[in-house]
Amino acid sequence: MAAEGFFFQAFVYLAAAVVSVPLAKRAGLGSVLGYLIAGVVIGPFAMGLVGEEGSDVMHFAEFGVVMMLFLVGLELEPDRLWRLRGALLGLGGLQVTGTAALALLAALATGLTWQQGLAVGLTLAMSSTAIVLQTLDERGLMKTPAGESAFAVLLFQDLAVIPILAVFPLLAPHGAAVTAHEAAGHATTWVDGLPAWAQTLAVLAAVAAVVVSGRFLVRPAFRAIARTRLREIFTAAALLLVIAIALLMTKVGLSPALGTFLAGVVLATSEYRHELVGDIEPFKGLLLGLFFISVGASIDFHLLAARPGLVVALVAGVMVAKAAVLLGLGTLFRLGPDQNLLTAAALCQVGEFAFVLFAQAAQAGVLPAQLTATLIAVVALSMALTPLALLLVDRALLPRLAVAHAPARAPDTVDEHHPVIIAGFGRFGHIVGRLLKANGVGTTVLDVDADRVELLRKMGLKVFYGDASRHELLHAAGADKARLLVLALDSPERTLELVATARKHFPQLVILARAEDRTDASELMAAGVQHVYRDTLDTSLRMGVDALRLLGHRGYHAHRAARTFRRHDEESVRQIGAVRGDRAAYINLARERIADLERILLADLARGPELHDDGWDVTTLREDVRQATAARAGADGVAAAGGPPHPGRV
Amino acid sequence: MSRVLVLLAHPAFEKSRVNRRLAEAVTGLPGVTVHDLYEAYPDFDVEVPREQELLLAHDVLVVQHPLYWYSTPALVKQWEDLVLEHGWAYGTGATALRGKVWLSAVSSGGREAAYQPDGHNRFTIRQLLAPLEQTARLCGMRFLAPFVVHGTHLLADSEIAAHAASYRRTLEALRDGSLDIEAAQQASRLNADLDALIRPLEASRGR
Repeated sequence: MAAEGFFFQAFVYLAAAVVSVPLAKRAGLGSVLGYLIAGVVIGPFAMGLVGEEGSDVMHFAEFGVVMMLFLVGLELEPDRLWRLRGALLGLGGLQVTGTAALALLAALATGLTWQQGLAVGLTLAMSSTAIVLQTLDERGLMKTPAGESAFAVLLFQDLAVIPILAVFPLLAPHGAAVTAHEAAGHATTWVDGLPAWAQTLAVLAAVAAVVVSGRFLVRPAFRAIARTRLREIFTAAALLLVIAIALLMTKVGLSPALGTFLAGVVLATSEYRHELVGDIEPFKGLLLGLFFISVGASIDFHLLAARPGLVVALVAGVMVAKAAVLLGLGTLFRLGPDQNLLTAAALCQVGEFAFVLFAQAAQAGVLPAQLTATLIAVVALSMALTPLALLLVDRALLPRLAVAHAPARAPDTVDEHHPVIIAGFGRFGHIVGRLLKANGVGTTVLDVDADRVELLRKMGLKVFYGDASRHELLHAAGADKARLLVLALDSPERTLELVATARKHFPQLVILARAEDRTDASELMAAGVQHVYRDTLDTSLRMGVDALRLLGHRGYHAHRAARTFRRHDEESVRQIGAVRGDRAAYINLARERIADLERILLADLARGPELHDDGWDVTTLREDVRQATAARAGADGVAAAGGPPHPGRV
Repeated sequence: MSRVLVLLAHPAFEKSRVNRRLAEAVTGLPGVTVHDLYEAYPDFDVEVPREQELLLAHDVLVVQHPLYWYSTPALVKQWEDLVLEHGWAYGTGATALRGKVWLSAVSSGGREAAYQPDGHNRFTIRQLLAPLEQTARLCGMRFLAPFVVHGTHLLADSEIAAHAASYRRTLEALRDGSLDIEAAQQASRLNADLDALIRPLEASRGR
């Protein structure tokens, strides 16, 4: 029965998502709004398919936020942070403090304590990373100044969540935390009943534990797991890591999101980053969707109906205040008027962090539950209004500004993603990578040999651990923005798999594939790969050239002979690939290879490669001249010998 | 004593009759370096620093090749284009090759009579080599009248041997400083009258 209930719930949630998200996207509203609307529709105030148990689902779905923060942390490479430091601290820092200060003033005016005002202000300062990044990305605005500054602000907010969460217990009135916990019936934590300073100490200790173990325990553990080359165990380990940290953080009374975010930051420089992103991403996507659905379902429409004026005023006030702060800062930081408006419109909502922070604040006893319920409705509405705000700016305000509104396309070199992805960095791929690097071409490298990845990273190369045939990993490596995909794997089967994946999901990628032998090569050609490189062809030919030279053949002749032979051989690979046709005719691959070899040898016998260098051959010319001379001697030698009948040799 | 560098360029040396004999005649001579371009750079990937070092280490450059389409084989052009860099071989302050001697040694299928203003080919070999002459001039080098073996198709073995001996004698004279450089620059074909250009060894030593 319980199982049936679970299946019904799962059915309702998934169906709501599957129906409403594509509709919302089609309508240009973005997927987050789609989930929210789905939640409203199935929630207690519309169809009533999910009711009280919605809050349980919400708890479960909060794990999506936890995972999102882990991924956000993983994206925070130190050098990227450093590059953005100006916008990050200036724009981001002032946005958070400015917005919080405004909200604090408003809160004090309405009679809240300064602690409550601060908690509300800091929370409302957050914008929605999920909505903004997705919206900007969908509109192709990420590379514009507006996109860049929005990203910097969001990044600062993500970072600011850590101290904000740590500070909440200190904001609570004495003893309030404990009562709040008991009132909410929360699981007991290890720090219950401790004084506020001890709680803060415990938080710091837990944070230190996450950082230290992330650096010294997790990476070796992942290396050992990666060596087993079992994909599902790696996925399990990634999930285990996230869950373990979430558990630890809950036990010290902290947000699990904070802990996993930290773990993500610690692992951001690790070679397993892309693999972790690829593993967690699908879980995160689903759970986050679930989270947004439950937020939609939990919007208290009774409250809205009871005090519509208050809620509407709050939503408008918050959004206008946030936009005003951003507009002021944009002017201060010399953003163009159009970019400034876009940034302000993009960031004027309150983000999903608010749900987490409000929950935390209520739990810590900082804010009364009724206040947070109202504010959560405000947050959800402001999120829902973001696409509309952007639409307003886009359609109504920008045209009036009469500024050229063509987002400047940044050159490729500025792009965070490298133009080339190399899968497999063994004895084949590393030569390609080194040649490209020596010529200033950035490459993102994926490899499944944990020891090699470790070594190469020690040497300062940008190498990531991961099985490149998974499209999530390719995506994480920037396959949608890269230009070339170099496949230098030593397994023909996996190469073919990868070709299929890449051609399906990233059709713009030009593929250069390594093939083991001519059989592979013709299969790759059949799979649509234009650039195929047989493992040993060039080396064998070079060896052949040297053999010829050691036997006394001239270097230039041997060189040309090899080039000619190579053309002949490539042609025969193409032809044999076309002839072979029915693969079932061969019992196994080995037989097939023998058959191919037989064909090629027969072709050589019938018509070996011819070296066309008659231009330098004077035999016929000399014969001509001799005959002409003899004729002239006979006929009294009037005319000079005719022009050289053979070109070149004059 | 001058050091002589022979740049040998023949894409089908294995089939050569005349150039091989010429090259053999000077290979191993003291003070003479024979550098086989097509053997060294079968892929046309000329190593510029190595070539420039070779040029610096020699005083006389002999460019030996068959005449193809009234010009050099392709690799010689590639060599010129890459090695004779601006700022090194020519241009402001470029002195690397200044005062050195350039001798083209060319074999041609046509007879000398055909390489005359009224002949079948309308120009003399020296005229046809004008681009090389001007190249040498621009690099501050002294361009000598070319050493030409004419009518290669009809040459008997003994005649080729005689040409090879003249070639060897020319390079030895260049090495020993006994070739009259001034007169050699004025001539039309260097090996038309070698005796007139080469001083007795004692005379040159006495200078």
